Amino acid sequence: MNLIEQIRFLLHLTHSHGIARRYFVTNGFDGALTMLGLCMGFYISGDVAISVAISACMGAAVALGVSGVTSAYISEAAERKRELRELEEAMVSQLDESAHGHAARFVPYVIALVNGMAPFIIALAVMMPLLLVRYGVTLPVNALQAAIGLAFFIIFLLGLYLGRISGSSLLWAGTRTLLIALVTAAIILLIKM
Amino acid sequence: MISVKRLMLDVLKPHSPNALDFAKHIVEQGPDYHVILTVVAVDEKTESVQVEVDGSDIQFDKIVEAISSLGGSVHSIDEVEVIGNGEKPE
Repeated sequence: MNLIEQIRFLLHLTHSHGIARRYFVTNGFDGALTMLGLCMGFYISGDVAISVAISACMGAAVALGVSGVTSAYISEAAERKRELRELEEAMVSQLDESAHGHAARFVPYVIALVNGMAPFIIALAVMMPLLLVRYGVTLPVNALQAAIGLAFFIIFLLGLYLGRISGSSLLWAGTRTLLIALVTAAIILLIKM
Repeated sequence: MISVKRLMLDVLKPHSPNALDFAKHIVEQGPDYHVILTVVAVDEKTESVQVEVDGSDIQFDKIVEAISSLGGSVHSIDEVEVIGNGEKPE
């Protein structure tokens, strides 16, 4: 069994697919919305240097990633240990060397990685226009405007993904998350005014 | 050579993996194994199952190892069918 099959088996054994998916969406949403807030803040502040915006966004992306990995690992490891202990009591045997024991040790890493990488990668994606401009690429629009637009688009895509999972209307699911992003942007604008 | 042709085991297993995945894992232990798994009782976190394995030469240790690797434990061997080759022991 290769590593991918092993991960799939352990996630299947512990019914963790849903948890990983939920973490991906919630923390990915966090990442996109945080970047939207930062870029909106820089945009309405006026003349902020791109390098400053990149440093601030990168700092936030790293913090979101590290926070996602560590918080998920700590909570998932504790939860898995408790589940394993309860199962061992029910089975009246040690399960450390069984698939359940491996899952209790390994699944928290997978969940933590998903929880940390989702906001980090999405934040990097939102930052892409800033990075392109920083490295000399000319964009047809302002880099911060492009990053804000990209954040809205990614949030819409996350909504579509949620719609696909729930089997409901894709357009409505995407529009709903987009509305949340628009309300966030409006609040930031109101605070500035 | 003595060959084990049939085994009936009383096994306690967690709910996950389910009976189908559990039986598939056992059947993978031999080239010609035939497994019939019957759920006898279901508890809050565990289930008791009766595992019947048929094959031309069943390796009991491998079966137990496969069951243990999925969190199960063999409680008893309820039936066996063993065939000898007709040779008298020295």
